[in-house]
Amino acid sequence: MNVSATSQDVHARRAELVRGLLALLPAESVLHEPEDLRPYECDGLSAYRQLPMVVALPRTVEQVQAVMRLCHRLEVPVVARGAGTGLSGGALPRADGLLLSLARLKSILAVDPVARTARVQPGVRNLAISEAARPFGLYYAPDPSSQIACTIGGNVAENSGGVHCLKYGLTVHNVLKLEVVTMEGERLTLGADALDAPGYDLLALMTGSEGLLGVVVEVTVRLLPLPERAQVLLAAYDDVAQAGAAVGAIIAAGILPAGLEMMDNPAIRAAEDFVYAGYPVEAAAILLCELDGTNAEVSEQVMRVRELLIASGAREVRTARDEAERQLFWKGRKAAFPAVGRISPDYYCMDGTIPRRRLPEVLSRIAALSQEYGLPVANVFHAGDGNLHPLILYDANRPGELERTEELGRRILELCIEVGGTITGEHGVGVEKLAGMCAQFGAAQLAQFHAVKAAFDPAGLLNPGKAVPTLHRCAEFGAMHVHGGNLKFPELPRF
Amino acid sequence: MPAADLAEELAERVRAAHATATPLCIVAGGTKTWLGRPVQGERLDVTGHRGIVAYEPTELVLTARAGTPLAEIEAVLAERGQCLAFEPPHFASPRPGGEGSQPDAFPPPPRGERAATLGGTVACNLSGPARPYAGACRDFVLGVRIINGRGEVLRFGGEVMKNVAGYDLPRLMAGAQGTLGVLLEVSLKVLPRPPLASTLALELDAVTALARFNAWAGQPLPITAAGHDGERAYARLGGAEAAVQAARLKLGGETIDDGETFWAAVRELRHGFFRASGSLWRLSLPPAAPLAAHARQFIDWGGAQRWVYSEHPLWEQAAAAGGHASLYRSPDRERVFQPLSPAMLALHRRLKAAFDPKGILNPGRLYPEL
Repeated sequence: MNVSATSQDVHARRAELVRGLLALLPAESVLHEPEDLRPYECDGLSAYRQLPMVVALPRTVEQVQAVMRLCHRLEVPVVARGAGTGLSGGALPRADGLLLSLARLKSILAVDPVARTARVQPGVRNLAISEAARPFGLYYAPDPSSQIACTIGGNVAENSGGVHCLKYGLTVHNVLKLEVVTMEGERLTLGADALDAPGYDLLALMTGSEGLLGVVVEVTVRLLPLPERAQVLLAAYDDVAQAGAAVGAIIAAGILPAGLEMMDNPAIRAAEDFVYAGYPVEAAAILLCELDGTNAEVSEQVMRVRELLIASGAREVRTARDEAERQLFWKGRKAAFPAVGRISPDYYCMDGTIPRRRLPEVLSRIAALSQEYGLPVANVFHAGDGNLHPLILYDANRPGELERTEELGRRILELCIEVGGTITGEHGVGVEKLAGMCAQFGAAQLAQFHAVKAAFDPAGLLNPGKAVPTLHRCAEFGAMHVHGGNLKFPELPRF
Repeated sequence: MPAADLAEELAERVRAAHATATPLCIVAGGTKTWLGRPVQGERLDVTGHRGIVAYEPTELVLTARAGTPLAEIEAVLAERGQCLAFEPPHFASPRPGGEGSQPDAFPPPPRGERAATLGGTVACNLSGPARPYAGACRDFVLGVRIINGRGEVLRFGGEVMKNVAGYDLPRLMAGAQGTLGVLLEVSLKVLPRPPLASTLALELDAVTALARFNAWAGQPLPITAAGHDGERAYARLGGAEAAVQAARLKLGGETIDDGETFWAAVRELRHGFFRASGSLWRLSLPPAAPLAAHARQFIDWGGAQRWVYSEHPLWEQAAAAGGHASLYRSPDRERVFQPLSPAMLALHRRLKAAFDPKGILNPGRLYPEL
């Protein structure tokens, strides 16, 4: 195709879209100059960048509907965006598409302390919900590390987790009702103010659908009572396998911790140098175990967990003496990503989930891969639910290092699949893990995903190209990664 | 019956049915046949496809074939001090309603008494009294293996707690009553059983009880069930002994001896309330929704699930209260579940077609159009 003809075409389409949008929205809600588009060129996965054709910033649900109807009529792809903290490129714009920012839909519409719910707009920050609920002794349980910035709309799109999800669940367990707008501009209610709704569980289907099925314009979340008390223990180990075994022992004893986190030595050192949490920097691994509940219950469990940790071979077990020390123990963990960011020009965060019992094996194989690629890896692990975040340290300014990092990342995800896990526990597939999807799913499964997408968005205009790879794309990836002679998608042509 | 893997055989049956557009009626224990609209089709019996495939107590995950009896799974979990925290009803022997109920109340399974299976439980998304506090069946579904309407065997989700690769099709199967796929295998999150459970009875009228249930749920109390049988309120506490003792003092009332029997009767719809004659409705409502005037009603789920008898349709009343109704027992099985709006029904039909293009899987079980 002739390049100048293409750019002329984009120019004409942009002009048409802007004209249409200005008939629906005030001028300040429509951005189309390159310098205005720049802030939207990437989300938290900044290795991928693309300027959108146009950005729209509606203030009302009716405006969202009108914008969707317009884009549907003009056949313009739409990418929805919240705070842009996503780590898989789910909100990466398209050159030929509209970037729909939900940031201005940011009102907390109602907090109902009796029914224990909050009804909020999608641009409300995760932590702001808990802050609004706190005067009533309530809070919103899912707490992704980015909770001071990330928005509830994005949490729904990604089915975000957090350090407390072993006990309190993911976003899908804590949302009651969604108002969504379809690609055609139709408004639908999924779920209910009751605990279930008639028909198919479209609430669960929408949660974690990465903006491919609908645009979330209102969220009703369930609020929980603040626990009477929370206490955290820190255990240090000389051997990662012992720390892994301790996790199994705690769960086998019938204790369900509110949080159970593990960090390996490189992650401990990076965090300690950054926030001075008092972590034992010589330890091969530390385990943080938080227990919450009533006063009496927590006292009882702290004693039992302490015994279990010592019995599992911990060389040191500390119990936070007060709330300040509890916060400090957590501060190191929650700052692990930025801490790693300080010791390396760039880092690449992986998000596999594995059966917990395979942890020692997986960590030693990651160490071997790290050696093979000559790239250091620090590991942060949501040990309670098996969600592993290896952080690959690299320098994007060194030629070829980003490509090697991505290849190492793919090898790590393939390892997660091999041991019975998944390529993404909470960050989503986005554009980043499309190759991993081809490794995890076969052609018939991917075709089923595409059929589900078509049921919601027959025109295929909502966040196209994300989350679920086309079979064609998988054939291309497959040609690059053939393992053990097992060619995936043998029925497809190769390129 | 021994464990057996009939997946390929069952898939072949579905492929054949797809080729000839023959409707299939999926059955196993037959304990919930009455919970839905009648299905006309060839029987596809999955009872023989059974057995626990994997159970790792320290991973809190169990995987079993769909025909595995629920009782077998619960017994295996109990040996390791674990449980299905959503307390699924079996609706098996003795029948819902119990002895002395109306003969037409809950028709027995077509081949006599059989056992509830994992597949039927998940397909119906049924949860017991712990539901508001522990979560619903769908909340515990981690992965499934299904046969879709084309006869393809597909696995979605897995055996890990956190998994956002692809759409959440495992949870979509919960409550779809087999209309989107034949369940072959389900992986569930399991939980430790609370070390102690204790049930209190309180002399409260229904209005006061409803207010009390909602107030309690907003406080850090170890409540695992709360209901009102029309005469008295009941609350179950579960957890560490110290926590249960402290909460018992706070809530007041009398500790009853046979608490578990009481809650089992509520869960299985065998409590005396369910023995009356007439059309029995389940209302799923916001937990604090005001009580409507019904001659008798049973409040469960801390106010979020209410059982009433009515010969008049309650669809509109339930919707006006912010919830929905289902008709659990009535001679008329034409409309069992809350009608969907035209837009939602259209979306449901497209979704059904995405899994089952020829409409052969349990057609009409939920709605005539699906």
